[in-house]
Amino acid sequence: MKKSGLRGRGGAGFPSGLKWSFMPKVSDGRPAYLVVNADESEPGTCKDREIMRHDPHKLVEGCLIAGVAMRACAAYIYIRGEYVNERRNLQRAVKEAYEAGYIGKNACGSGYDFDVHIHFGAGAYICGEETALLESLEGKQGKPRLKPPFPANTGLYGCPSTVTNVETVAVSPTILRRGPEWFASFGRKNNSGTKLFCISGHVNTPCTVEEEMSIPLRELIERHAGGVRGGWDNLLAIIPGGSSVPLIPKSVCDDILMDFDALKAAQTGLGTAAVIVMDKSTDVVDAIARLSYFYKHESCGQCTPCREGTGWLWMMMERMKAGKAMIEEIDTLWELTKQIEGHTICALGDAAAWPVQGLIRHFRPEMERRIRERAAMEIEEPMEAAG
Amino acid sequence: MSHYPANYKQSAVIPLLDLAQQQHGGWLTISAMNKVAEILGMAPIRVYEVATFYSMFNRTKVGKYHLLVCGTTPCRLRGSCDIEEALLKHLGVERNEVTSDGLFSVGEMECMGCCVNAPMIVVADYTKGAEGYTYNYYEDLTPKKVIELVEILRRGESPPPGTQNPDRFNCAPAGGQKTLLCEPKPPPCRDLDAC
Repeated sequence: MKKSGLRGRGGAGFPSGLKWSFMPKVSDGRPAYLVVNADESEPGTCKDREIMRHDPHKLVEGCLIAGVAMRACAAYIYIRGEYVNERRNLQRAVKEAYEAGYIGKNACGSGYDFDVHIHFGAGAYICGEETALLESLEGKQGKPRLKPPFPANTGLYGCPSTVTNVETVAVSPTILRRGPEWFASFGRKNNSGTKLFCISGHVNTPCTVEEEMSIPLRELIERHAGGVRGGWDNLLAIIPGGSSVPLIPKSVCDDILMDFDALKAAQTGLGTAAVIVMDKSTDVVDAIARLSYFYKHESCGQCTPCREGTGWLWMMMERMKAGKAMIEEIDTLWELTKQIEGHTICALGDAAAWPVQGLIRHFRPEMERRIRERAAMEIEEPMEAAG
Repeated sequence: MSHYPANYKQSAVIPLLDLAQQQHGGWLTISAMNKVAEILGMAPIRVYEVATFYSMFNRTKVGKYHLLVCGTTPCRLRGSCDIEEALLKHLGVERNEVTSDGLFSVGEMECMGCCVNAPMIVVADYTKGAEGYTYNYYEDLTPKKVIELVEILRRGESPPPGTQNPDRFNCAPAGGQKTLLCEPKPPPCRDLDAC
């Protein structure tokens, strides 16, 4: 797994072989668990759903392989509560695997006992965060824990666990079957393999497609999603990796490659490779304001910068949408995002801050234009009662 | 409950609350939460915490068909506001209000994980109790199609779930798949060592 260069497909892109090797080599009496993160709630992302609906046995096989690699005794697949039909499908697949003897006692006749359990959530984006997922699995509110201690040390029920994304686990049987060199032959150095891209928004034919890493963004959209609505020149901005990464304007989209390093260099990120395309008809401030509302709604409320900050961000974004602000407040908004970013228990604070930063970085003229127009309008018409 | 270690029964709280909700026409009462607490040997406050934290648990009455519209940005870009407006206008209710015949209510959810088939709604069907419970996605909607869907439900029939665009198969692009149509080409000669 290390040789294949697989990087986590859940958004963070941490090298998987390295992550899996953090599990204890010798048990100290506690059982170890593999936890599969099938809580796919990042706006724009719908890739794990496809794996679970149509190819669940790849996931079950992956669980067994990853579990054996980390000397786990059982796997818990945490699937989001809204995926009821996908869960029923996956349940059928697990049942079939048990009946065929591939998992359970003496899995595949190897003498290793391995169980797979399916657990589900009930509609909380924050439960996609690994420690919040563990809290939710344990039956509590999904509030993230502080790290350290890391899950590989103290995870589910206090036992060593590793939380991995569905796609990462599901691709591991193929890597072992075809060899790590085959997997590493796709994509650029350090960004190897294939990825499921979910292209949504203002394209002609939105779809989910498995493509090679490091594919140029323009080629990805034109080949698979029928191109941007109204032609490439009608493009305004793209969010390349699900709502938690900053957007990139058309000038950057023209020749950017879709992989972890290239997008990081462009001050954004690959995230979950959920490509949200916005064309020139979009009210981009409204789109980002809605994302701010999403983060406010999904904040767990544990730490102050996120709980207060996401609400404050949303209120300011709503005013920015209408231009009901002063030009200096854009700097206040930037300062606010910098105060939230990095000062929270989990990454939801960063995820809430980044889209707004991307908007200010690339669309500041648009925001200023609205403020000026609104100010000009208020001079001509009587002011509304101060609010 | 058999899925979890015997000393961690608390893990089963979400599945049990979900089951209780299905058995009670789509919403949870305090007594249901207390019963779950009793079954799992938890303090009731811990169950209340979980029931108030997650958005799928309804603590007030909902319609027999609870319609949930996804309103987050990818769906919003494809017109989810129009879908919600059409539904509310057609049913004559506000968001989270139940129609007078008790059949429908409309709510908003955050991203439902169906973004390439936007806009979409989910119909949580509480008409047949826990055994007949379905939670189906209806995708690729237009305001006209969503009204037709509501009327099909009103007649007591089940519209086909999934994408409502006959040109699409699940998440594949409209007009058929564009991959795996020929032998795969080798990767183009990009500067593979560049970082």
